Amino acid sequence: MLKLLLSRLVTAIPSIIGVVIVTFMLTRLLPGDPAAYFAGLAASPQAIAEIRAKLGLDKSLPEQFVAYIGDLLTGNLGSSLSTGQPVATEIATRLPASAELTLVALILAVGIAIPLGVLAAVKQGTWIDHLCRIVTTAGVSLPVFFTGLLFAYVFYYVLQIAPAPSGRLDVFLSPPSDITGFYLIDSLLTGNLETFWGALKQLALPAISMAIFSLAPLARMTRGSMLAVLGSDFIRTARASGLAPRTVVFAYAFRNAVLPVITTLGMVFSFLLGANVLVETVFAWPGIGLYAVNALITSDYAPVQGFVLTMAVLYVALNLLIDFVYGLVDPRVRLDS
Amino acid sequence: MKRRSFIKATAVATATPAIWSEAKAQARNETLLIVGESPPNSMDIHGVGANRPAYEVSWNTHDRLITYGAKKDANGNDHYDYTKLEPELATDWNVTPTSATFKLRRDAKFHDGTPITAKDVKWSFDRAVTVGGFPTFQMAAGSLQKPEQFVVVDDYTFRVDFLRADKLTLPDIGVPVPVIMNSELCKKHATATDPWAMDWCKNNHASGGAYKVERWQPGQEVVYVRNDDWKAGPLPKVKRIIMRIIPSAGNRRALLERGDADLSFDLPPKDFSELKSSAKLTVIGTPIENAMIYLGMNVTQKPFDNVKVRQAVAWALPYQQIMDAVMFGQAIPLFGGADNKFKGIYWPQKDGYATDIAKAKALMAEAGYPTGFETTLSFDLGLASTNEPLTVLVQESLAQIGIKTTINKVPGANWRGELLKKNMPMITNAFGGWLNYPEYFFYWCYHGQNAVFNTMSYQNPAMDALIDKARFTTGPEYEAAVKGFIDMAFEEVPRVPIFQPLLNVAMQKNVTGYRYWFHRQLDYRQLAKG
Amino acid sequence: MLPLLRHARYVLSENPITGLAFGLFALFLIAGIFGPALAPYNPLQSNSAMALKPPSTAHWFGTDQLGRDIFSRVLVATRLDLSIAFASVILAFLLGALSGVAAGYFGGWTDRVVGRLADTIMAFPLFVLAMGIVAALGNKVINIVIATAIINFPLYARVARAEANVRREAGFIEAARLSGNGEARVVLGHVLPNIMPIMMVQMSLTMGYAILNAAGLSFIGLGVRPPDAEWGIMVAEGANFIQSGEWWIALFPGAALMLAVFCFNLLGDGLRDIIDPRKRT
Repeated sequence: MLKLLLSRLVTAIPSIIGVVIVTFMLTRLLPGDPAAYFAGLAASPQAIAEIRAKLGLDKSLPEQFVAYIGDLLTGNLGSSLSTGQPVATEIATRLPASAELTLVALILAVGIAIPLGVLAAVKQGTWIDHLCRIVTTAGVSLPVFFTGLLFAYVFYYVLQIAPAPSGRLDVFLSPPSDITGFYLIDSLLTGNLETFWGALKQLALPAISMAIFSLAPLARMTRGSMLAVLGSDFIRTARASGLAPRTVVFAYAFRNAVLPVITTLGMVFSFLLGANVLVETVFAWPGIGLYAVNALITSDYAPVQGFVLTMAVLYVALNLLIDFVYGLVDPRVRLDS
Repeated sequence: MKRRSFIKATAVATATPAIWSEAKAQARNETLLIVGESPPNSMDIHGVGANRPAYEVSWNTHDRLITYGAKKDANGNDHYDYTKLEPELATDWNVTPTSATFKLRRDAKFHDGTPITAKDVKWSFDRAVTVGGFPTFQMAAGSLQKPEQFVVVDDYTFRVDFLRADKLTLPDIGVPVPVIMNSELCKKHATATDPWAMDWCKNNHASGGAYKVERWQPGQEVVYVRNDDWKAGPLPKVKRIIMRIIPSAGNRRALLERGDADLSFDLPPKDFSELKSSAKLTVIGTPIENAMIYLGMNVTQKPFDNVKVRQAVAWALPYQQIMDAVMFGQAIPLFGGADNKFKGIYWPQKDGYATDIAKAKALMAEAGYPTGFETTLSFDLGLASTNEPLTVLVQESLAQIGIKTTINKVPGANWRGELLKKNMPMITNAFGGWLNYPEYFFYWCYHGQNAVFNTMSYQNPAMDALIDKARFTTGPEYEAAVKGFIDMAFEEVPRVPIFQPLLNVAMQKNVTGYRYWFHRQLDYRQLAKG
Repeated sequence: MLPLLRHARYVLSENPITGLAFGLFALFLIAGIFGPALAPYNPLQSNSAMALKPPSTAHWFGTDQLGRDIFSRVLVATRLDLSIAFASVILAFLLGALSGVAAGYFGGWTDRVVGRLADTIMAFPLFVLAMGIVAALGNKVINIVIATAIINFPLYARVARAEANVRREAGFIEAARLSGNGEARVVLGHVLPNIMPIMMVQMSLTMGYAILNAAGLSFIGLGVRPPDAEWGIMVAEGANFIQSGEWWIALFPGAALMLAVFCFNLLGDGLRDIIDPRKRT
């Protein structure tokens, strides 16, 4: 088991190296001159040249790359021009917001997609199957920012059953003590029910928008794998042995069908992390997606660099975790390696 | 519209409002919730690259020696009065031809309890003129340039020696930059490489003003609480203020309309024009002094070095369309005046240009470009909501006289850098000066010293002579100089004035006390709720 | 050809939705090709007197903030969006299929290099990478195409590689080799055509994603420049007007977007069913 984990870790290293290089190249290509920004209004060209030297931006690309690596190793991701704060601190503070949103969206998506996929597989070819296909495909066809805007308009502004899209918590509720950074967990841990409800309500619309977007791959995968399992020999045996259909589906088929779905989670996460950026923009969610978009628009390169790097590293770690979990769940993988 | 209010009315019955406990309802009434688009990037106005929201924080949490009085504007709204200087930290001052001596109040204390004395004032002024960047540049605009000018006479007396006779020196002491900071506290956090404690001040407070920052979450919100011991002015009415960042303008508007937020700047002109007619909110629009949105042409690049080409462009802009479709009437037109001549000692003022395509075409032919030419029109993406539609309309209109323009969007942080390079042929930009004097505007925008704001790279010795004369004279000589440079500006038209923007603010009906300030930020000290 | 058509008709009759998808696809193609000719108004023509008018008989989809006819803009945007999607997918296919087939067929170093490249790209959440690429290369349509192609590359490479691997030892490939064909000829002339059906399914599925990608990028300001008409940028502009009640500015381009993506997704599903031998009874 440990050997499996280590071997996967080793294969991830070239990916990380590639990520670091690509991120560096991308952000050096970003247009914009932070030196002019820092030098301030009406600075003379010499003043700007001085600041550029101070920031190390006048060195050659390879030299800058070495400096960049050195900074990374000490955890220095630079500073943001628009908020004036070190990027590493900001990402660390804002990551829980994005993570909480993504996880809630994922749980929601899984909770809807898997039953839907199972249902579609069991009732294959009927109108339920078609309906399931249409609903999930429709979900993934809508641009996630559009769904978000629509929801905010309909549920907050018109119907007034959702709270204002003003962030993680209503302005007049104070955030719970910072244990995990996840408001839902922290508020429960400190017994603060009011904050828990407040946080949950604020999460509702953005999480639903994101969940709708990721239903399709999950449902489709579940349906496909369920179909494959239902057609297999051991299920036929179970049926032939006279077991109730419900037992067959849930006790035997489902567990085996879930396995490929775990591997799809990797792709779903990629979707979600991308959708995160758009949803956060619409709902003023103080996560790293919004942070990155604001930085991108103002050509503030340090946060963009930090964001891309963080997301990529996170994603690689997540995929490793999924592989690991899959290895735990499916003994065949363990035995093979 | 009707259906929406119907739905709202019926939905209210079934709506679940936020869970308010008694205590929270109370807190809500004592707190003013302001929503805005951009967060402050520093707690220190002298900090490198400090942005406009940072000025707001500084203005409300620090004192200055003097401040400006108030008057009512044409609409009956509270407006700062640039002709009246009033006491803040200084109770009294004596001005001679060579210096100004300020007597400081004796009961003022910083937020940490230390008394405010003249040595703090000197340290703060020295800092402002030494750290470079915008603060130093702004101090210099009023001839406040050397630490030697600032003298501590005794603990409660401070003197500023003049470098030259500059009518802007005293007003410059009331602008946001020369704030009074807690020098002892800052010195504790200074280092050999950072003698002015720039690093520490970025995230911390060495202030003594009417409000204290209780909590700052960078990028999200600033929470202020009133300094109950504030002595330098009448105690503010609002105890607690929250400034929350909501990036989406649509959401800010929704919050205001739903009553979930108390006040907002930063809404698109269309929303403001609609909210003005809404009965639920108070919307106040004040013309921004000494400011304009303009189309600038780089006179060092062909074909804009030809004055006839520039005039042709001035006659070809779709002025009224811009006023209607881009600004929804929320601006003061600077076109369509009787002629291209001086109309009085005020700026900005209307020129004589209007949309006249025939005239524009004739001028293009005279200039030698009967079939037109190609060029690029650049704008600041940071102000996209106005600039995008504006440039599209301009592009369309210029096409009618043969000028084919490509639109170039420049991201916010690059805009300054690009302006500095001074190689964009045609831009649309905004400029406003804090000190409401025409020569102040012209000094930065038309003078041959070629500051970054002189985006057209316009250098004309005749113009310089007039501007310099205006800066240092008064009376009939002054008026003649102003007349001279305004006439020249309209004739030469290196930049075409389009409109004077309004500073629009929307607030709940129970919020009062809003005052327009030249720095265009909110002064919390005059506000009241309920 | 005929058995394929017959099979196609069978699948379509089993699955009316796929039929619908094909119909929609045809509609989009027509709009894309003939759109500009069919548009009742000039999509770039502003008319501030007619700004922000709701849908009416004169303007089916209403007008936007500059008085432009939204129906014309949505129609004309079809060409831009479809072109972006097609171009990205074809580029991704060319890059991905060729390298994937080479990797699967030749193995060894080719396989390792292509694999590493794909892994590095897959290590990024795809939209984030697209953001970074367009921001770095500049705000032009061509860069959206490049960015979308790059992020789709690993998918094509992987599928192509798997298929090429399977067919490497197949009989007909052996035969081709034995007849004296050079390796390149074998790959291009025999392997590639053979995997086309599966690649077509991939392409159809990723078309939808390519359109969404372009729209998302435009939404955050990285894409098409004004005054060009593109669905994503129209939704972004329209978003500012939803609160004040001008819902049509964002809704119609959004609906067109959704319909196009929906159509391509269903199409992909349908194509997959058509070529799936297990469905042949």
